[in-house]
Amino acid sequence: MSTPETGPASSWLWSWRDVRPAPGKGGGPGRGRRSSPLSWRWGDRLVLVLAWLVGGLLCLIAGSIVVYMGVRGIEYLSPSVIFSHPTIAENGATSGGFLDPLLGTMLLTVIGIVLALPLGLVCATWLVEYGRPAWLARVVESSIEIVAGTPDIVIAIFGLALFQVRLLAPLSVTAEGGGVFGRSFIAAGALMSLLALPPIYTASRDGLQGVPSHMREAAFALGKTRITTIRRVLVPNVRSNIATGAVLGISRMIGSTAIVLILLGGFGRFEPQGAMPAIGLLRGTGSSLTSYVYYNSPAGEGVAPQKAYAAAFVLLIFVLALNLIVERIGRSQARAAGLAKSTPGS
Amino acid sequence: MALLERLKRPWPDHRAERMLGAVSLLVGVAIIAMVVFVVTRAWPIFQHNGISWLTGGASLEQEFARMSAASASPTAADYQLRAWPLIYGTLITTVMAVVLGLIVGLLASIFIVELAPARVSRAVIPMVRLLASIPSVVYGLIGILVLVPYVGNHLVTEHERRAMQGTVQLTGAGLGVTVVILTVMITPIMIALICEALVAVPSSWREGAVALGLNPLRAVRAVTLPAIRPAIVAAAVLATARALGEAVMIQMVSGGKSFAPRPGDGITFLWEPLRTLASAIVDYREGLASPPLKAAIYSFALLLLFAAFAMSISGYLVKLPLRKYQTRG
Repeated sequence: MSTPETGPASSWLWSWRDVRPAPGKGGGPGRGRRSSPLSWRWGDRLVLVLAWLVGGLLCLIAGSIVVYMGVRGIEYLSPSVIFSHPTIAENGATSGGFLDPLLGTMLLTVIGIVLALPLGLVCATWLVEYGRPAWLARVVESSIEIVAGTPDIVIAIFGLALFQVRLLAPLSVTAEGGGVFGRSFIAAGALMSLLALPPIYTASRDGLQGVPSHMREAAFALGKTRITTIRRVLVPNVRSNIATGAVLGISRMIGSTAIVLILLGGFGRFEPQGAMPAIGLLRGTGSSLTSYVYYNSPAGEGVAPQKAYAAAFVLLIFVLALNLIVERIGRSQARAAGLAKSTPGS
Repeated sequence: MALLERLKRPWPDHRAERMLGAVSLLVGVAIIAMVVFVVTRAWPIFQHNGISWLTGGASLEQEFARMSAASASPTAADYQLRAWPLIYGTLITTVMAVVLGLIVGLLASIFIVELAPARVSRAVIPMVRLLASIPSVVYGLIGILVLVPYVGNHLVTEHERRAMQGTVQLTGAGLGVTVVILTVMITPIMIALICEALVAVPSSWREGAVALGLNPLRAVRAVTLPAIRPAIVAAAVLATARALGEAVMIQMVSGGKSFAPRPGDGITFLWEPLRTLASAIVDYREGLASPPLKAAIYSFALLLLFAAFAMSISGYLVKLPLRKYQTRG
């Protein structure tokens, strides 16, 4: 399998399922430690203590963030905050809840994944299974790598320039005088799909490359064409990889603030553009949980830090749930791989 | 309906190949479009300043004020830009966070893979993953509501505040808090890459070193670390790319002043506010109606895009020797 290049915080972070060298193969160096640290030199002992401290510190930071956000979140979270619309107000008491941002996050995520999943999967399939001409494959591969490395603030500002083009004006909010703002759910969702693309691509590519070639050969021997093999054999086989990539992509999209701040720009409520119900909503502006947190913190308007805490807590719960899903998929995948390996004669 | 039927039938292979290729090409075209768009929007700044806008000299705050006040048909003077404080802010936060993160990341990776009992490392790994997946706005929220007030109330002394009164206000938001949070955000990326490389080192190498009488820690230093040197550099490169582009968190906790922190100020250095290229984009996102400010913002984006390119190219170059040693898979 190739080394993972794409995507900060993408699939490789989740691929070290069991990082310890397998026991039984002579045990690693750490296990069965003969020399007690007490006999080590002072310098070595210092490093050992430091390593333990750093490990503990990381756990402490992660744990205290979760606990602190949990305490604050539960303190301020109530059904009325979740299920009421935000209003513009002077203080936190009358500023309403975050129903609209919550739905906005979901809407954005759905738009993003609907665009990114087919694109990522198709790119990975084409590159692994066809990949001709070679120069074109190289171009596509490097451009996905570039997306993976591009900061999301740059993606956002590019999206603004893109959707301010006259041709794309119907897709976003337009001012009375005809000025194009380039801000809408469509714009934000489309650019968010660029965030989800690299993890989906990487995960699908690694999965496809990991399918043993005898499976393809068996399908070809049965008279299947390449595309039928892809559809009936390869894609079903790497379903869990694709799912991992998709969940990672979703968690990147849920957490993205810069794109929402710049391309959605709303403060609270949905503000549909035009009279058509669904299309107006998509063309209109709104907010997401991330931008709600931002605007309610002292960095934004700062009217209601308690509500920022509550919304951030909801955000954190989403992220934790997605983490758990990835872990679950990874574990069942590892178990399946273990089963396949232990079958004799395979 | 007939079309749907035709699509449902198995496709001929050549058509499928062309279709999939076309979609992949679309992604490539979108990326090239991104570069073109950003370059054309940033062009006026280059036209009026050459590349000297990368240097310092004038007061950036005044320039921003003049730019936002500019009319729809701005004069050449409105485009005047000297953005060094932003570039300096970006560089200093990135370098400090990456250096700190590298130390923490190396120690943590060695701890997870080589030193900790299996049960402990199984508990640490999910924590690291969690740190990697917390959204940046949540980090920013904790920074601005917890760390900034703490630093402002307890760590910044009255004396320091008075000493800096003429130049800049010390509120607690600034370099120190920014670097600490940024370090926490980028360290998990490094740990993931370094751990992966550590696991890939054949255990016989370590066993050889231990058999020669080295303790586990010395074995790591003598054998494992030299073997994974390219991975360490790759981790640093990736973390740098992430740190350069972090916008929202830094905008929230950095104080938002186009001030270049001066290392000569001693400990006060850590409390001085700053602004980075990415956080300036967030700061001035509402000012896009003014043409000079818009051009300035896109030129910051262009600079970040260039930096990201440079990072992915150097990441690629660094990984070349790594491939040679890759024993797994």
